Amino acid sequence: MMTTLTAATRAKVLQRQGAAVALVLMVAVSWLVFPRFGSLDNVRDLALQGSFLAVIALGMTFVIITGGIDLSVGSLYALGGVLAAWGSQHGFLVALTLPLLVCGAIGLINGLLIARTNMAPFIVTLASLLFARGLLLAITDEGANTYQIAPDSAFVELGRGTVAGFGYPIFIAVALCVLGGALLNRTGFGQNVFATGGAEQSAILMGVPVARTKITVYTMSGTLAGLAGALTAAYLQSGVTVIGVGTELDAIAVVVIGGTLLTGGMGTVLGTVIGVGLIKVIQNVINQIGTLDSNYQSVVSGVFLLVVVVLQRILRR
Amino acid sequence: MTLTATRTRWLQDNGVYVAVVALLLFNALFTANFLSVGNFRTQLIQAAPVLIVALGMALVIGTEGVDLSVGAVMALAAAIIPLYLGAGPLPAILMALTVGLVAGAFNGFLIAKVGIQPIVATLALLVGGRGLALVIADGQLVQLHDPAFLALGTDDLLGVPTSVLTAGLLALTVAALTNRTTFGRQLVAIGGNRRAATLAGLPVNRVLVGVYTICGVLAAVSGVLATSRLAASDPADMGLLMELSAITAVVVGGTPLTGGKVRVLGTVMGVVLMQLVRATLIKHNLPDSIAQMIQAAIIVAAVYVARERR
Repeated sequence: MMTTLTAATRAKVLQRQGAAVALVLMVAVSWLVFPRFGSLDNVRDLALQGSFLAVIALGMTFVIITGGIDLSVGSLYALGGVLAAWGSQHGFLVALTLPLLVCGAIGLINGLLIARTNMAPFIVTLASLLFARGLLLAITDEGANTYQIAPDSAFVELGRGTVAGFGYPIFIAVALCVLGGALLNRTGFGQNVFATGGAEQSAILMGVPVARTKITVYTMSGTLAGLAGALTAAYLQSGVTVIGVGTELDAIAVVVIGGTLLTGGMGTVLGTVIGVGLIKVIQNVINQIGTLDSNYQSVVSGVFLLVVVVLQRILRR
Repeated sequence: MTLTATRTRWLQDNGVYVAVVALLLFNALFTANFLSVGNFRTQLIQAAPVLIVALGMALVIGTEGVDLSVGAVMALAAAIIPLYLGAGPLPAILMALTVGLVAGAFNGFLIAKVGIQPIVATLALLVGGRGLALVIADGQLVQLHDPAFLALGTDDLLGVPTSVLTAGLLALTVAALTNRTTFGRQLVAIGGNRRAATLAGLPVNRVLVGVYTICGVLAAVSGVLATSRLAASDPADMGLLMELSAITAVVVGGTPLTGGKVRVLGTVMGVVLMQLVRATLIKHNLPDSIAQMIQAAIIVAAVYVARERR
């Protein structure tokens, strides 16, 4: 018992630190090779780019720890942006709350269907991926209408405002990740999340409110995706309709790279943040090289994802 | 109670056929120019590439797996075609199919031998595969002019479009494979209970690698046919979201995501149903937005009916 425990702990540590070590190495090498990489401008840019993905991936982390998956976040991200841009004509409050409410409601429906009817999370959220895209098209005149946000509005400030050059979205993402980490590791709800993904049947027998936990994590995931969309819209000053295609896959990839097991029951928010950092640094470096076209980004991301899961698999043996 | 159970069971098994018949009737009555040879031709040509992918997907889902990389494999096949078309259509097609074979075998290896979950293993190829296809094609759409290759997408054989004929033959082959061969039996056994299949001495790894390889090759076939019909190699758009269409068709056709069962005719009907739904919505001038939302509702309804009772 003792030896299996230590072996498991060791694997856990290696999993989490594997991504961290890779991130440190990537940053160190990029710093040395590309003079512009370490510049304050580039660091600010990197952090800002990462913050949107981090907000989405935070929700995905909770979902994946419960043993589920949420494919709808990419569409909800785009939908959130469009709703925020549309709502901005009615003031700051509407622009911020409308995407959270609508995307949260779709997340809630995901959770209800998954928890109450035993349908596979994969297929339920796949349907909402389609549904949310359809809804987005419906409110944008089939995608032809891009709502603009007045450049002097308070809502734009939310996306473009800075402290010491670092954009507000960075601070929002950091605050949410700290909160999320505390929620996961320091509360009864967090315990329920781990228990649900670890061994669902045992959790039910132990009296863990499995259904409620699942409903909560999918609602969280939808709300966070909507928030990321709203922040992106504020930053871009418009509700771009074509964003978010494949974002769910990016989010899943960074969560997995961060050491959260897709089988559920194990994972960390910090790992996810490191995963976001890694993917964004890789993309940044490929941009710095310049001669490589941007399509290499997805090739590298795919290879990286593969290496990580293969390593995870070998470590767990 | 038993009556409800029997009814549910019947609906699970035959729902897709009922839906297809109902939609056909609806269209025959209310849609102008629906009952014409030209229209059926168009519908079948549009459905053929999806069907070919869905056949492979049905086999994969039968083993309790899933293959998210099919769209990316189609893009890879599309990107390969112009590179070898100079040597003639046959070498180009063979190279494209080889790429599909390698991609599928790679998926199978990761899942069977390394033990990675199907979703993650094929997700990696989804992310990386399309990127690779775009790198190969330099991000460009390439117009194709080889008449023999283009004939594949435009010509008829025995009065039936080549792609439809290919899809039909492949459906028959896959049906025979699942129902009449040891491989088919083993595949279903593995999907039903992998542990029991292993203990019973079935060649689990070999069958899994085989299934994913077949799925990869079928995706490549679909990519070749779609490229030929398009008369251009377009790795950026080729097969985009195809994994979703294929999974939808398979699930709507009554193959459970929990594995252990493959319904080939159901899959064919699932593809036909989704194509009919789309056509009906378009012909009644409903916008794409509504069409997508209705498709989402159909997926949920189909899975709700087909879900395993606990």
